[in-house]
Amino acid sequence: MIPTKFEYAKPSSLDEAFALLAEHGPDAKLLAGGHSLIPMMKLRLAEPEMLIDLAGIPGLTGITVRDGRVSIGAMTKHATLAASEELRQHAPVLFEAANALGDPQVRNRGTIGGALANGDPGCDYAAVMLALDATFTVAGKGGTREEAASSFMVGMFETTLSPEEVLVGVSFAAAPASAYVKYAHPASGYPLVGAAVVLSMNGDAISEARVGVTGVGDHAFRAGSVEKALAGVRPSDRTALEGACAGSAAGVDVRSEPAAGAGYRSAMCDVYVSRAVLAATRG
Amino acid sequence: MAFTTMVGAKIKRREDPRLITGRATYVDDVHLVGGLHAAFVRSPYAHAKIVSVDFKEAKAKPGVFAAYSAADLKAAGFEGSMPTAAELPGLQKPMHPPLALNEARFVGEAVAIVIANDPYAARDAAEAVVVTYEELPVVIDMEKAAEGGPFVHSEIGTNVAYEMPMKLGEVDEAFANADLVVKQRIVNQRVVPCPMEVRTMLANWEPGPAQLTLWASTQIPHLLRTNVAMMLGLNETKVRVIAPEVGGGFGAKLQFYAEEFLVCWAAMQLGRPVKYIETRSECFQNMTHGRDQVQYVELAAKKDGTVLGLRMKIFSNLGAYNYMLTPAIATFTPMMAPGCYKIPALESHLIGVFTNTVATDAYRGAGRPEATFLIERMMDLLAAELQMDPVDVRRKNFIAESEFPYPIVTGLTYDSGNYEASLAKVLEVSDYAGLRAKQAELRKEGRYLGIGLSTYVEVCGMGPSAAMPAPGWDSATIRVEPTGSVTVMTGVSPHGQGQETTFAQIVADDLGVPIDSINIIHGDTDKVQYGVGTFGSRGTAVGGAALKLAIRTIQEKAIKIAAHQWEANPDDLEYKDGKITVKGDPSKSLTTAEAGFIAFRGINLPAGLEPGLDATRRFEPPNFVYPFGAHICVVEVDARTGEVKIVKYVAVDDCGPIINPLIVEGQIHGGLAQGIAQALFEEAVYDESGQLTSGSFMDYAIPHAEQLLSFETDHTATPTDVNPLGIKGVGEAGTIGSTPAVVNAVMDALAPFGVKHIDMPLRPEKLWAAMQPKKNGQVHA
Repeated sequence: MIPTKFEYAKPSSLDEAFALLAEHGPDAKLLAGGHSLIPMMKLRLAEPEMLIDLAGIPGLTGITVRDGRVSIGAMTKHATLAASEELRQHAPVLFEAANALGDPQVRNRGTIGGALANGDPGCDYAAVMLALDATFTVAGKGGTREEAASSFMVGMFETTLSPEEVLVGVSFAAAPASAYVKYAHPASGYPLVGAAVVLSMNGDAISEARVGVTGVGDHAFRAGSVEKALAGVRPSDRTALEGACAGSAAGVDVRSEPAAGAGYRSAMCDVYVSRAVLAATRG
Repeated sequence: MAFTTMVGAKIKRREDPRLITGRATYVDDVHLVGGLHAAFVRSPYAHAKIVSVDFKEAKAKPGVFAAYSAADLKAAGFEGSMPTAAELPGLQKPMHPPLALNEARFVGEAVAIVIANDPYAARDAAEAVVVTYEELPVVIDMEKAAEGGPFVHSEIGTNVAYEMPMKLGEVDEAFANADLVVKQRIVNQRVVPCPMEVRTMLANWEPGPAQLTLWASTQIPHLLRTNVAMMLGLNETKVRVIAPEVGGGFGAKLQFYAEEFLVCWAAMQLGRPVKYIETRSECFQNMTHGRDQVQYVELAAKKDGTVLGLRMKIFSNLGAYNYMLTPAIATFTPMMAPGCYKIPALESHLIGVFTNTVATDAYRGAGRPEATFLIERMMDLLAAELQMDPVDVRRKNFIAESEFPYPIVTGLTYDSGNYEASLAKVLEVSDYAGLRAKQAELRKEGRYLGIGLSTYVEVCGMGPSAAMPAPGWDSATIRVEPTGSVTVMTGVSPHGQGQETTFAQIVADDLGVPIDSINIIHGDTDKVQYGVGTFGSRGTAVGGAALKLAIRTIQEKAIKIAAHQWEANPDDLEYKDGKITVKGDPSKSLTTAEAGFIAFRGINLPAGLEPGLDATRRFEPPNFVYPFGAHICVVEVDARTGEVKIVKYVAVDDCGPIINPLIVEGQIHGGLAQGIAQALFEEAVYDESGQLTSGSFMDYAIPHAEQLLSFETDHTATPTDVNPLGIKGVGEAGTIGSTPAVVNAVMDALAPFGVKHIDMPLRPEKLWAAMQPKKNGQVHA
């Protein structure tokens, strides 16, 4: 790896991190797990002059379940999520996404906060957070603020996070009937389609569904029309299920690349959303 | 202790402990005092005039020692071209300067070299070099390039580098008499070799002894030495090439790269060591690519499946320049197109074409996978047309065991084979009949299982010198040391093939020496007698054969020494279980170590016999060897998504007698992975402007473990009489046999949709599209 020259700092508190961000302005980059940033630096597509490593700040890691609500520190590694029995029980959708993400090396370094803050259109967690209707906790010099996952994601590599803020955690209501299913790019492993589904069931019929999709458009989105159409559907009725999932990417500017053209990707979005619904009912 | 036979035993590779514990020495692990680092300025355009190169800002950067362009090479008196070893009638050999001179002809071509005190400073300085380009018209498509301009090399006024026409047997008659002719355009797509270790090199010039040493990640240390010496005008004895640990080559390191010349030249200019470790991005752009042919094929046959003749027009995309073997690779394709079959007539027109892309050259199989894919697809298309089982079509046309050695229509003579045996074995191991029944059952449920067969023969053990662009022989030296240890110097240059283990197994058996006392030395031109290197599945078939000859020479001398001790006639003695004994009298024996010590001590030797027990021998292969096999691949294609899951893969390969089953299996596994990947995943894509759009592992899909499965392998063993070991090569066989098996399986799965052929890689989207109902209720043809 031959990046341009940079300085490295490892603050031991958020205040120190804010001070460094203020001092270095746009030349500074926060380092969470580095598995998006470092490859970009390797290719010299990112040339930060100051890397502020968040790994030395206490209190940013861990999974807590309290009163039916799950909270996760932003610096929690993918591997931790992927091995969490609590998560498997309370939010299988996130547990499965963590297991489907990257490879063991990436999972051992990368963090959930880093992945979400990066705003990559292929971020697996983005779909999961939308389906979980998660709340993000963002810290800044003036204190912390909370923001819904749905408004946090704005565009390709674009979030509402300001350059002087740090994403410190996410939280959501436990969702035992949930699943994440992914159609991975054969080379990168990023989702060509990633479908996250959280269900409420009334007997064997769906009473409410939240569907998050990633990898398809320039950022993750909720498939609103599918969510409506799924209400009342019995997933065991495959025709009804597939009918409800049709047009899941309608209205989205679907990305096209050699591994999946836009038309194919839209069709696969329907297939994978329906598979995610089925997976969520198995629990 | 009873004598244990090493040959044939599953011995773990002696190389592996150092490799898997990070204790091996690669080029980048060699650190010399005062070492400098190179970075290259590379053309961002596929074709452009170089108007000017301005080093002012770059040279002012901290830590920068020098920067050179083609003009600086010229000013220093160098005006040469990188060499090609390929010789073909009428071959166009445009100049290939090590740094682009006047024009750059592919994206990534080196325009300037910058030398600094560390790799970071070198890269920073390279970015500060200002090159002014004037864009020129670009040609990427090989078929369009063959038709006319724009020209990659305007001075030769054509993009056609060579044409190789062949018309053999009564082709016109065959096609006139045929019941049917099957036609298909087949694309054998361009792929990127992607060894784990990229191109790495370190040059050191010692002005005192006037000695140049080049550490290079290469498959051909001696040939590289000869070429470096010639290019630099140095006495060859003053050039030493060391190939330390080499992290894979796959043919792409059977090469003399411009960068290798340039680090040597720069080291001599500066009197300092110069190292260059390319980035993975540079490796994608600048290491030679593989395959890249468009084939128009016609197969003439009778109704009963008998093949009468084959016609081909083949375009081979050479890229922008003739590298070492660039034009020669595709010539194997028409030569081997008949495959395992008795095809009496063949017409071929091969056209090598320059385009504004990086050169293609050897890549695992090198011209033969393209032949095997061609004929194995055509046999399946013929079977489909005749509604015959693909097994039966093949059996109808097989060369029979009794017919070997068998001269095929293109002039090659297959040494030995038993194609029916390997086919029968693969059918049995895979339960072919059961698979067909299961397929029929699943189709009723709307599930699409496909069964693909490939029966291949390939040519390797490169090869007879008269049939090669380089010498075809190889060498071995054996030295019995005073303590009885044995040093072997082999002229081949293993880089993953495991000859430190297999060669030691052979020596251990034949000379009765413990395997741990045997050291196999390779890859250093100052230690090892001249050797040709490792490529074309020749390491053991040629290098091992030379070793066997050297063993015989050692044995003959040791027997003379023993005979002298016992006042016996050497003719009455023999090597038995690794010791010299009197024939029929095991009571008296002498070990090789004992004979070696007598030879070292120099007393008690027969009159006229020189002291010392060592030998150097060379093996010149009288023919190539022709390994073969039969593979069955079973896939399930998801009708909703087009995704392919390989559910079973059975490979039965025949490389003759096996020295180490673990190593043979490892070679087969690796080959299968690469061959399957070409069928399903890999494709190097240049856009119309000549940018490589698949230039990283984010886009270019080499296979992941999870995308493959546990292979089932088995063997038949048909010896050859081409070499004294009776063995054939196995390094490329897996790659050659597997690609058509996978594609045939997927096409078989899609047969209910009326699909006959889809070009590789078989991306799910292509399969999904082919499986979509058409608007009028019909399916795609």
